[in-house]
Parts: sequence; C-alpha cells; structure tokens
Amino acid sequence: MSLLKLGELYKAVILEHAQQLHHHGQLPDVPGLTLNNPTCGDVIKVQLDIQDDQIQQIAFSGTGCTISQASASVMTDVLAKQSPAQAKTLIHDFSQLVMGDEIDATAKTQLGDAAVLGAVAEFPTRIRCAMLAWHAADQLLDELGGDPK
Amino acid sequence: MAMTNYRADFPILNTRINGEPLTYLDSAATSQKPQAVIDALVAYYQHDNANVHRGVYTLAAQATDQYEAVRDQVTAFINAPQRETVFFTRSTTESLNWVAQTYGEQFIGPQDEIVLTVMEHHSNLVPWQQLAIRKHAKLRYIGLTSDGQLDMDAAKRLITAKTKLVAVAETSNVLGVTNPIKALAALAHQNGAIIVVDGAQAVAHHPVDVQALDADFYAFSGHKMLAPTGIGVLYGKLDLLEQLTPAEFGGEMIDNVTQQTTTFAAIPQRFEAGTPNISGVIGLGAAITYLQQVGWSTIEAQEAQLTERLLNGLLKMDGVTVYGPHDLALHGPVVAFNLNGVHPHDVATGLDMAGVEVRAGHHCAQPLMAYLQTSATVRASVMFYNTPAEIDRLLTALAEVKEFFQS
Ligand SMILES: Cc1ncc(COP(=O)(O)O)c(C=O)c1O
Repeated sequence: MSLLKLGELYKAVILEHAQQLHHHGQLPDVPGLTLNNPTCGDVIKVQLDIQDDQIQQIAFSGTGCTISQASASVMTDVLAKQSPAQAKTLIHDFSQLVMGDEIDATAKTQLGDAAVLGAVAEFPTRIRCAMLAWHAADQLLDELGGDPK
Repeated sequence: MAMTNYRADFPILNTRINGEPLTYLDSAATSQKPQAVIDALVAYYQHDNANVHRGVYTLAAQATDQYEAVRDQVTAFINAPQRETVFFTRSTTESLNWVAQTYGEQFIGPQDEIVLTVMEHHSNLVPWQQLAIRKHAKLRYIGLTSDGQLDMDAAKRLITAKTKLVAVAETSNVLGVTNPIKALAALAHQNGAIIVVDGAQAVAHHPVDVQALDADFYAFSGHKMLAPTGIGVLYGKLDLLEQLTPAEFGGEMIDNVTQQTTTFAAIPQRFEAGTPNISGVIGLGAAITYLQQVGWSTIEAQEAQLTERLLNGLLKMDGVTVYGPHDLALHGPVVAFNLNGVHPHDVATGLDMAGVEVRAGHHCAQPLMAYLQTSATVRASVMFYNTPAEIDRLLTALAEVKEFFQS
C-alpha cells in the first residue's frame, strides 16, 4: 500500500507530539472543559488559566487517537501566553486550515507546528479528531469570557 | 473447500479506493447490494409504482400484491407462524423502540426488572434504559465469561420472578458470538417474562426460526442482509400483538374514522401507519430471494472459512488484542481487535490507504467497551462475497500500519 500517503497525514512533527505530549496533565483549581468524540468515545479535557488578559497556564488530558492527541499538544503550544482574543483568532484560523480553506501566511506562521495539521483536510473523516481539543478550548474561552478577571 | 466467487453480483466491489481495489470488510455495518436487488428497485419504479392498500386501479393492485408477497416471503424466511405476525418498520432500531413504546409502555411498571446483556448495541439498550427511567423500572445486565461468551450462570441468577422483559442480541456486532436464545427464552418464560431478540447481526448469516427460538419479538434490518436501507422487520407473537395499542396513527392503519372516534385495521396493517417504504419492501424481497439462491450451506461455509482466516491471522500477529472468543466454533463473521499502542482510528486510516475498509470506534456499544476496558476497537466483518485474498490484504496492510506507527 502507499505508506507514503500515510506519511502525508502523520508527519514527523505530529508523531513526535503524539509520543511526547506537551502540557499534558491536569492543573489543580483551573477551570476546564471536557468534550468527547461521539464516534469513537474519545475524551479530551482542556484547562485554561487566564489572568491579566493572558493565558497563563494551559493543559489537556484524556485519551484519543494520534491526531487528536497531537493536535491538542500543538494547540497548547500555540495558545499559551496569548490573550483570549488572539486565542479565538488562532482557533478560527486553525479550523479554516483543517477544513481545507486557504489562510494567509502570517496566520500560518502563528500557528507554528499546528499548521502541519492542515494535511488533515485531505482526510475528511479525521477532521473531527483534529478539531476536538480546539473546540473545547474555544467553548471554554467563551465560558470564561463572562468572567470579570 | 474451494469458495464460489460472488463478487460479480455486487457491482460496487469493482470500485477502487485511494487507488487500491476496494476491500470491503464492514458488512456488519451494512452489507453491499447485489445487482438483483438494485434491479428490483429499478423495475418497481419503472413498472409497478403506486401507493399500496389504497387504489382500486390495476397498478395499485400490482404494487399491493408485490408488497404483500414480500410479507409472505419474510414470514417463511424466519418461519413465523402467521403472516399477520410480521410487519415492516424502518430498521432494527425502530422495531426495538416500537416494542419499548408499546409493550413496554403498557406492561412495565415500577420495580419491574428488565434484563439486558453488556454486549447490547445502543439500539437494544437505550430504548430499555429510557423506558426504565420513565417507569421507575430496574435494569439488570448479564455479563461475559472470561472467554467472551454470555455468562449463562449469571443469566440464571438475574432472570427471576421480578423480570418482565429480557432483551438480547442473537449475534453480537462486536464479539461475534451467537447467544443461546432458546435457553434464554426458556428462562424468561419460566419466570413469566417475555424475550425481545435483536436479530440485526444474525439474519444474513444463518437460518432464523423464530418459533424454534421461542422469541416473543424478533427485530432486524434489511440493509445488513443485502436489502436497501430504510426497511426493517418486527415479528411478534400474535397474542402479544393483539394486546398492543398502536404507537402511530394515520392512514393505512384504520378501519373507520369519525370526528371523535377511530376503529383500527386488523394486524399487521394496524401497526403500519402511513405510506410504507414500498420500494424498500420490494428490495427486501429480492434480497431474500438472492440469499436463498446462494443458499445457507454456501453462506455458512464461506463465512466460516473467511472468519477462520481472519481470526487466526489476527491471533498469530504480535501485539494484537482480539476481543470475544478466540475459538472459531464460537465465532460469527465479526472480529473486533486492537493493535496495541495504536488508536483504532489511526489503524483504520492506515488500512483505508490500502483500500481496506474497516470500522473503528465503539460500534454503538459503549457499555461493552467500558466492560472490556477500552474506549474503542477496530472491527473487521465478512460476508460470503468476500474472498480469502481480501483477508490477506487486511493482514498485510495491518502489518504495515503496525510497522509505521511502532518504528
Ligand atoms: C446488533 C445490532 N443491533 C442493532 C443494530 C441497529 O441496526 P439499524 O441501525 O439498522 O437500526 C445494529 C447495527 O448497527 C446491530 O449491529
């Protein structure tokens, strides 16, 4: 078969993240949000500690496939230290990218390792896996947005 | 034994997927359709389309005759005692929900017990769970033995005088085991309960005799037995059906309607409100005819041979966990497995690149996944139209996927 094709989705960066997850674990006393992927039962929890209009700490936990775990891992790198507004924009850009839409070069640079996941657009059945953590972060940002701090 | 190749009867099997020949190993989700079934649908719309049970004109009579002839075919196919005991639904899911909403609604009360098994598909679990919540009834689950069969000792303990209803799959869509329905029916009946059987994974793979099984209700879907989607069957014992109030009202199911009252049509029309899925019924008839032409002995022999190759191939591979019994004698044509350390979604994507289409996920059986202490599995399932070469393609691709993710 064409393992070459498999390599297009599972790029080295993705495999590295999946093997060595960044910001993986639970943060005590930090608000979180859990989402599951109803087709496979995978669960991801994202936690965000926002202070002074900045994501001070971020973490994710739960189980999932290589794509959902790696995507969560790169996301934590991308969103750490961003303002909630910047984070929302980055999440939007990422979602455009994995849906197969063009995004501009600056946005791509800001997404860093996450931009590699753009290849998921070629694998429509896996878009949901790639988006899981980002959806969780997006919803959590909305929930925390009402918070005075 | 040399296998007969039926691939030519199934036009879709000539398709290529990702540049590779389609290797369809997900018949447990839905079977492919033979040309004979496709032709029957086309012929129906080209020559016989009219609404059933309504017109006095010739075309309507033709459509009605064909529709009712399939009821006779299904009656014989599952050896139901009377044609009135067989009615058409949308699917297994609708059939099972129907029993919960009619029999369940009328006869299950507070503290009554409903006995299920941990291997049930959500469609034979959630309707009972929701009924139990509405009625303050209790759910009891029969577990598995260490080799992945239904634990009949537990069944004997759990089915008691408190039990009102037992709901069980004849064949599991994950473990591949066929459950001892006759013995479970006897246990249910000794305790004054009824047994509802989910036949979705059974009807296309071995002869089903609802009288020999002594099933009170038996549900199945056409699409897993070569027929189109959107057509299902529910069989019920006549004395039970006669006690039930229809779940849906409308055209077709009435005898006489006035402004304030309605008398209902006789069974089975009483339970088929509105215009039914006529073409689906015609397609189901063609599927039964086709299955009977192939014949049970061929179907069972070919599927046993394919399952043996699949099961043994997986068991021989290092780093593969196979769920359900490892004994071929206990195994239907469905095998659930995992490649250790690789998520089933990643395995299925890898196999897909080789044109091998398998299912990955919880297979609508999350309580079973929890029981097996996994969140998901890969599942390969075969039907008589598969070939040994396709099993080998799966095994080769699986070895490559393993290599890719583990190196
Ligand atoms: C054991 C079992 N029960 C019930 C169903 C539900 O069938 P359907 O989706 O056709 O209603 C399936 C198939 O998905 C099944 O495998």
